[in-house]
Amino acid sequence: MAESQFVYVTYIRTTAEKLWRALTEPEFTRRFWHDTIQECEWMPGASWRIVTPDGRTADSGEVVEIEPYRRLVLTWLHHLHPEAHAEGYSRLTYTLEEKGEVVKLTVLHEMDKSGSKLIKAISGGWPMILASLKSLLETGESLEATRRWPEGM
Amino acid sequence: MGSMGAEVDKVFKALAAPERRLLLDRLRADNGQTLGQLCTHLEMTRQAVTKHLKLLEEATLVVTIWRGREKLHYLNPMPIHEIAERWIDKYERGRLRALAELKAKLEGEDNG
Repeated sequence: MAESQFVYVTYIRTTAEKLWRALTEPEFTRRFWHDTIQECEWMPGASWRIVTPDGRTADSGEVVEIEPYRRLVLTWLHHLHPEAHAEGYSRLTYTLEEKGEVVKLTVLHEMDKSGSKLIKAISGGWPMILASLKSLLETGESLEATRRWPEGM
Repeated sequence: MGSMGAEVDKVFKALAAPERRLLLDRLRADNGQTLGQLCTHLEMTRQAVTKHLKLLEEATLVVTIWRGREKLHYLNPMPIHEIAERWIDKYERGRLRALAELKAKLEGEDNG
């Protein structure tokens, strides 16, 4: 297979609606996603970006597909690391499935290029952010390591 | 989902077989493979691979996603990340990584 892919599945004790809000609304993302916010009108074709606490664009793209509380597909271009930026657009898909008391969240981040530096880098970052998201929704507290923007980045 | 303890038991049980660790290594090298792709170059029957994948899926170490008519298997880092979070202090992580890199360098390989 000529692509680079990262997949993460986690089961979170919450509702699909709360999880969706946590993934998209600033008052949540600031707490588990390194104090960043996402700017977007959340409709098909809308532009989207992740904004760092000092106002820089970390990642940007467009909403490809949106089905509230179920599925969100974004194109994703990284801006901070030149090598990852040079690789161009990747694609992110969130899938939310309610299963009784829990929601199964699948995060698929992929790039049409083998050996992608971006996918390698995000493979290290996503698990911590998603573990923190789960902690926030289940206990009301995110993980400390994800509450601030990393120094020097 | 059962209790936390039952989930962790499944992960350790799934990891306690060299064939299943080999399957995880194959997915780490090339994530998103069909059953057929996973079976090539393995000295295991298709039935054995299917059985091992089932245990890996029950432990959520492997997840599947349908792409058209193909069922692709992916390594899911979540369970191992949770285990690491539980026993490895965040301040130890940098030092452990440095030691692992040193060991790999000295031993001249990166799959230690």
